[in-house]
Amino acid sequence: MFWTVTVSLLEGFGKTLELFALTLLFALPLGLILSFGSMSRFKPLKWLVKTLIWVIRGTPLMLQLIVIYYGPGLLASNAAMVENPNALISWVASWSVMDRFVAALVAFVINYACYFSEIYRGGIESISKGQYEAGQVLGMTRTQVFFKVVLLQVVKRIVPPMSNEIITLVKDTSLARIIAVYEIIWAGQAFIKSAGILWPLFYTGVFYLVFNGLLTVLFGYIEKKLSYFRG
Amino acid sequence: MALLEVKGIYKRFGNTEVLKGIDFSLDEGKVISIIGSSGSGKTTLLRCITGLETADKGKIIVGDRVTFDSERKEKLSKAEKRENQLCTGLVFQSFNLFPQYTVLRNVTLAKELLAKEELKAQKAPRSAIKARYQEIEKEAKQVIDSVGLLDKLGNYPCELSGGQQQRVAIARALMLSPKVLCFDEPTSALDPEITGEVLNVIQKLAEEGRTMLIVTHEMGFARQVSDEVIFMHDGVIAEAGAPEEIFDHPQNQRLKEFLSATLHA
Repeated sequence: MFWTVTVSLLEGFGKTLELFALTLLFALPLGLILSFGSMSRFKPLKWLVKTLIWVIRGTPLMLQLIVIYYGPGLLASNAAMVENPNALISWVASWSVMDRFVAALVAFVINYACYFSEIYRGGIESISKGQYEAGQVLGMTRTQVFFKVVLLQVVKRIVPPMSNEIITLVKDTSLARIIAVYEIIWAGQAFIKSAGILWPLFYTGVFYLVFNGLLTVLFGYIEKKLSYFRG
Repeated sequence: MALLEVKGIYKRFGNTEVLKGIDFSLDEGKVISIIGSSGSGKTTLLRCITGLETADKGKIIVGDRVTFDSERKEKLSKAEKRENQLCTGLVFQSFNLFPQYTVLRNVTLAKELLAKEELKAQKAPRSAIKARYQEIEKEAKQVIDSVGLLDKLGNYPCELSGGQQQRVAIARALMLSPKVLCFDEPTSALDPEITGEVLNVIQKLAEEGRTMLIVTHEMGFARQVSDEVIFMHDGVIAEAGAPEEIFDHPQNQRLKEFLSATLHA
C-alpha cells in the first residue's frame, strides 16, 4: 500500500512541480516588466500597474483561480444569449472553458508576477544613484547601466525575499486543487474516497518539505556565490 | 586656448536658484580649483558641466563641441549625446566603483562596451573584438599602474581602502581620455591620513598636463595644484584668480571670511 500511495503521490507531485516551474519561468520576467511599469515616469502606465498590483495582492489567490477558470465560460454563455450580437460579442461567445492546468498557470503567473515586481522594485530602488551616475559619465547607455552595473547588485539584494516568495509558491500550488488540477494534495485526498485512509494526505507534507529543503540549500548556495562583493 | 568654456550658466531647483550666471574658461593643460562653502553651488556647477544635471540657461563648450546650449532647438541623437558625455570625466566624492567587478574590470568595462558597439556597427569579426579587448586590458593595466595599484588588479572594491578605491575611480575616468577631467571633492569621504595618496595622483596628473577642474575643500592642495582658483558664493563666482592672489590677497569680504574660517578650523 505504501508503495502504491508513494507512486500516486509522486505523480501528483510531478504536476505540482510542473506548475511551480512554469509559474517561475513566466512570472520572473513578467514581474521585472511590471516593476518597470510601476516605476515608470509615464503616470497612466504607473497607475495602471499599481492598480493591477493592488487588485492581485488584495484578493485571495484561490478566488483568482476560480475567476480565471470559470470567468471566460461564464462571459461566453452570457454573450451567447445576446440577440443580434456584434463582432466582439460573437467572439466572446466563442470562448470556451480553459484547460484546468492552463487556467491555474495563468492565475499563478499573474499573482506571483505582482509579488515579484514589488521585490524587484525594492531591490532596484535600493541601488544608490551614484551607480547610475558613474555609468552615465562613463558614456554607458541606460540599458547598459541596468544590465551591466545594476542588475547583479539587485539580484544579490533580492535573494532573501525572493527565496521566501518562491518557497511560498511551492506550497501555494496546492490551491490549484480548488479547480481540480490533479496535484499532490488532490492525489492524497483521493485515497480517502478510494481506500478510506487519511495518512496519504498527511504524507504529502513530506514531499513539500523535502523539495523546500532542496530549495533552501540552493538559495544558500546562491547567496554564498554572491558574497564575494559588498554592495 | 580655452578647452572648456562655461557661459552664463543658470540652474534652479524648485524655488532655489543654485547657479546665477557662471562664466569662466579653462585653458588646455591647466587646472582650476573651485572652492567655497557648502551650498555655494560648486557641485551643481560640476554636475552641469559633466551632464549629470541640465542647466536652465547658458552654454558649455568643450574643445570644438558645444556640449550644452539652452538655445539649441533640435534634439541631439544618442550618438551625439554620448560624444558630449565623453568630453568630460568625473571622479565622485563617494567613488561609486562597481562593487561586483574587480579593479581591472571597473577600469575596462566602459571602454569595452564602447569598442564592442563600434566594432559591431562595422560588422567586425569576433576575433577583432577579442583583439581590441586585449588592447584595452593592456592599456588599463598601464593606467592602473600609473595610480600605483598594479598589485590590486584582481581585487574587488570592498577589499580596498578608501584611498585605493578613489585611485581606481581616477583610473576608470582616465581610461576614456576625457578632454576635461572633473573632481567632485575627491578626498572628502576619506580619512585625513589617506587623502595624501589621492592628492599625489592628482598632482601627478597636473604635472603631466591634464586639463582638470577640481572642486575641493583642501585649501593647501588647491593652492599647490591650481593655475587658477575660483571662489563661489551663493551661486556666483565671487572671486577668481591665481592661487597666490586668492589665498594671500583676497579682496572679496566673503572670501576673507571663508578663508579665515577654514584656516582656523
